[in-house]
Amino acid sequence: MWVLLGIAIIVAGFLLRFHPLLVILASAIVTGLAADLDLLTILAAFGKAFNEARYVSIIWIVLPVVGLLEAYGLQERARGLIAKMRGATVGQFLAGYMLLRQGLAAVGLTSVAGHAQTVRPLVAPIAEAAAEAQAGDLDDDRREEVKAWAAATDNIGLFFGEDIFLAIGSILLIKGLLEQYGISLEPLHLSVWAIPTAIAAFLIHGFRLWRLDRRLKRSAPEDPA
Amino acid sequence: MITLHWVYAVAGAMFAAFALLGLGDRTNPRRWTTSAFWALLALSMWGGDWLGDLGNGVLLLGLVALAGLGGMGRGQSALPDAVRRDRADRMGNRLFVIALIIPATALIGTFAFKQAPDWFDGKQATLIALALGVLIASVLGCLWLRASPLEPLQQGRRLMDSVGWAAILPQMLASLGAVFALAGVGDVVGQIVSMAIPQGSLLGAVIAYGLGMALFTMVMGNAFAAFPVMTAAIGLPLLIRTYDGDPAIVCAIGMLAGFSGTLMTPMAANFNLVPAALLDLKDKHGVIKRQVGTAVPLLVVNILLIYWLAFP
Repeated sequence: MWVLLGIAIIVAGFLLRFHPLLVILASAIVTGLAADLDLLTILAAFGKAFNEARYVSIIWIVLPVVGLLEAYGLQERARGLIAKMRGATVGQFLAGYMLLRQGLAAVGLTSVAGHAQTVRPLVAPIAEAAAEAQAGDLDDDRREEVKAWAAATDNIGLFFGEDIFLAIGSILLIKGLLEQYGISLEPLHLSVWAIPTAIAAFLIHGFRLWRLDRRLKRSAPEDPA
Repeated sequence: MITLHWVYAVAGAMFAAFALLGLGDRTNPRRWTTSAFWALLALSMWGGDWLGDLGNGVLLLGLVALAGLGGMGRGQSALPDAVRRDRADRMGNRLFVIALIIPATALIGTFAFKQAPDWFDGKQATLIALALGVLIASVLGCLWLRASPLEPLQQGRRLMDSVGWAAILPQMLASLGAVFALAGVGDVVGQIVSMAIPQGSLLGAVIAYGLGMALFTMVMGNAFAAFPVMTAAIGLPLLIRTYDGDPAIVCAIGMLAGFSGTLMTPMAANFNLVPAALLDLKDKHGVIKRQVGTAVPLLVVNILLIYWLAFP
C-alpha cells in the first residue's frame, strides 16, 4: 500500500508547483523505497528505463528545420493565410482558424501559430472587428468574450490536432510508457486514433461558434432599411 | 542495417551542436549550465548503452540537478521582424513545402521501410523515417533558402533553449512508469479501483479512466503527468489486461481525455492564464470559461470512443 505514496507525491508536487523534474525523481525514489528497494537499485532501474526511452526525446530533432523555416518567415506566411480569412463572421473566421491550427499541428508545426505568434497580433483583432461588423458596437463584456473565444479556439485547435503528428511528445510518451510494461506499439498506430477526436472537437467547437454568430446577430441593432 | 541507434547518433550530434553553439550565446545569463544540460543529453544519445544502468542513473541525476537548481536559461532572439517579413515575402509558400517534407517522409517511410527488412529495422520504421525526413528537409531547406548550414542548428538551439528542461519531461515520465512497474504500483491501485467499480462493469471502468485522466490533469495541470498515474491505476490493469482493450486506442484516446482536463484548469497556466494576460482580459479565467463548453462534451465523446472502439 505504501507504494502509492509515489503517486501522492507526483500529484501533490505538480499541484504545489515544485520543479516537475524534481517531483518525478522524488516520486521514483519514494515508490522504490516503499517497495523495499535500495537507493542504488532504484537509481539503476530509473537510469535503465531512461536510456531505453531515449526515443521519446527524439522529437526535438525537428527543431532545426522548424527554426530555419521560422527564421525565413514561416510565421509571417501563416499570418498571411489568417489575414486572408478577414471578412467572414466571427464564427466562420474562428472555425477557419481552428481548421488551420489543427492542420498545422497535425503536420508537426505546433509553434507556427499560438497565443503570442498569432492570437494576439491577428486572430483576436480580426475576430473583434468581425463581431463589430455583425453586432454593431460591442460593450466591454462582449469584447472580452470574443477575445477569449479567439484564445480558446487556438488551444482547442492545437490540442486536438497535434496528436495526429506521429512524433509529438504525448504519442512517444505513450509508446515509451507502454514499453515499460512490455507492450510494443508503433507511433502511427497511436496517432491515427487521434483523428476521430480531432473531428469531434471541430464539430463541437464549430457548433458553438455557429451559435455565437446567432447570438451576435440577435443583439445587432435593427437595420433601418 | 539502419536501426534506432543511427537516429540516436543524429540526435546526439544535434544536442552536442546545441551545447557548443550555446556557449557562444552571451545573451544567455546561464549559458554554461544550459550547455551542460544539452551536452549530457548528447552523451545519453551517443553513449547511453555503454554507461550501464547506474551510469545512466547518475546522468539522469545530473540533468535533474542542472534543471532543478535553476540552471536553464535562454538568450535573446536577434533576428528583427522586418528581416523575417521581407524573407517571408521572397520565400513564399516554399516554406510550407519544406515543412511538409518531414511528415511526408515519416509517413511514407513507415510503410516503405518495412518492405526492406534487410536494410531497416521495421519496428522502428517511423522514427528512422522521421530522422531521414529531418535530414532531407534540412539540406533542401538550406539550399533552397540559401541559408548557411549552421543556420538550422543556431535556430534549432534558439527554440530548444526556449523549451528548456521541459524537453525531457515526457522521457522522465515514461521512465517513472518503469519504477512504478517494478514496485507493483499498478497491482495495488488496480485492486483498490476494482473494489470501487461495480464488478464486471466495463463502462464503469472506462468512465473511471477517462474522468480520472481529466480530473488528475486538472489537479496537476499537465496531462503528461496524469498519464503514467492513470495508466498504472486503471488503463493497464483493468482496461487492457482484464477487458482485453486495444492498448493503442485506450492510451491514445485516454491522453486526449486528459487534454479536456487541460482546457478546464488554471493549473495549465501557459495555455489558460497567459493568453488571458496577453489579451488584457479583466477576467483571467475568461479563456477557461469559453473552453469548458467544448471540453466537457468532448470528454464524453472520448469516453464513448474508447468504450466503442477499444474492446473486442
